[in-house]
Amino acid sequence: MASTETKADAAVKETGDLAGLEAGLDALDSVQTARTPFRQTLTQKILPPLVSIALVLVVWQALVSFKIVTDPSKLPPPDQVWGALSEAWLEGRLLEYVWTSVSRGLFGFLLALAIGTPLGLLVARVRFVRAAIGPLLSGLQSLPSVAWVPPAVIWLGLEPRMMYAVILLGAVPSIANGLVSGVDQVPPLFLRAGRTLGATGLRGTWHIVMPAALPGYLAGLKQGWAFSWRSLMAAEIIATHPDLGVGLGQLLENGRTNSDMATVFLAILLILIVGIAIDLLIFSPLERWVLRSRGLLVKS
Amino acid sequence: MATALAKAADTGTSADHAARIEHVSKSFSGPAGQQLVLDDITLDVAPGEFVTLLGASGCGKSTLLNLVAGLDAPSTGSITTNGRPALMFQEHALFPWLTAGKNIELALKLRGVPKADRRGRAEELLRLVRLEGAYGKRVHELSGGMRQRVALARALAQDSELLLMDEPFAALDAITRDVLHDELTRIWRETNVSVLFVTHNVREAVRLAERVVLLSSRPGRVAREWRVDIPQPRRIEDTAVAELSVEITEELRGEIRRHGQH
Repeated sequence: MASTETKADAAVKETGDLAGLEAGLDALDSVQTARTPFRQTLTQKILPPLVSIALVLVVWQALVSFKIVTDPSKLPPPDQVWGALSEAWLEGRLLEYVWTSVSRGLFGFLLALAIGTPLGLLVARVRFVRAAIGPLLSGLQSLPSVAWVPPAVIWLGLEPRMMYAVILLGAVPSIANGLVSGVDQVPPLFLRAGRTLGATGLRGTWHIVMPAALPGYLAGLKQGWAFSWRSLMAAEIIATHPDLGVGLGQLLENGRTNSDMATVFLAILLILIVGIAIDLLIFSPLERWVLRSRGLLVKS
Repeated sequence: MATALAKAADTGTSADHAARIEHVSKSFSGPAGQQLVLDDITLDVAPGEFVTLLGASGCGKSTLLNLVAGLDAPSTGSITTNGRPALMFQEHALFPWLTAGKNIELALKLRGVPKADRRGRAEELLRLVRLEGAYGKRVHELSGGMRQRVALARALAQDSELLLMDEPFAALDAITRDVLHDELTRIWRETNVSVLFVTHNVREAVRLAERVVLLSSRPGRVAREWRVDIPQPRRIEDTAVAELSVEITEELRGEIRRHGQH
């Protein structure tokens, strides 16, 4: 009796020792993660682009002020572009221009997303489909989407659906290719682990392949958006029609036909700003969040 | 303490087993034609038994584990297991897009455990591997030893009768590995799971197992078996463990030496 008691005591003591040992090891080995302080973000991330923008403005103003470029129809001074901007704003047209293009761009992008995602999955997972259309899909990526504008106009007429067609032809290959390369880069270990857990077929695709491929997929989405926006601008510049409304592309084209260089500059700046803003506000945070949660974000 | 068993001595006819490997051979087609990796392996794992498979490089121990796990099919022979075995790898193989707790819950979900029960069961399993606070932790926030414990908890979440382990501690530092040996022994005794554990570390094999099976290399054959009667809990530095390790190491070296002779 006594001997069993001591044995039980020893077992309890041993488990206690082990637990303590393990807690110590865990504490010593754990990875400490901390967020960067705001001050550091300010000086390392926010300040540099602001400085470069200020520098461009200074050089631009200097080119005009020191009469290096004298013809305002070639290079309007910054304040003239600012005048065009505030005029458009006061007349309430500015937001209309931006919204016409952005709503088209985003809707076209969502459409491309809905088509490109299943297409990418099919190409990545079904060997026959990959052999059949894989090379075509990556080839299409290098075809400038502006090439699709003339046939789209002929097939679909000067209507909004023609713009969407051009966006789709530009963005779908990027999104599908991004997903394909994301799936290709999934470590085989995850697939093996998934299979032993019982994630096969569609369940494997949903629980293992898709989340594992998410970083590559997001990179594809980012590129897909850039292609959507470019394709849309090409379509808007080439195919202008009163029924189509005035987007940023049309604004640029109108500036050219009126020899109004300030409007041309304004339109170019707005196209650039919208492209950057969508990337900064939607895709970059999404990408950072995915990478950070996986411990893949290397501090630079 | 330890009794060496003849190769054929352990072919009991009991139908009661966690895994039955019968005359299994496996060959792969390589650059030099068909290459035989496993040759006529016969091995049973009894319910609740802890067996280590020991061998040098090229003995096909990982191949054998893949066959038992059902990830690959044997060329000849048959393998029977009761349901799908759980498998633990040398790398933790945890999914980085899920937290530690959600990794375990995914295993539960894929096994059909209703949603309401998953969280509680996952926390229970984390308690079993002594990681109570790790439910919401991301994989990259855990140390190597903690990751392997979460991986163990995830494997146990499958509720299989048989747990296959493919050198799960090989990449850990010696101190952590030692602690995880104690942990694994404790969990094995608490859960009554059968374990088939692959390693090339003789001491580890003796430290953990009730039975050590030595495989020869190229092709892999069962060379010899030892029953390890040293009472648990053992330590890797115990004299009895050391003595048997010396004996097994000699045998293993003999197996390796044969390959240098031609």
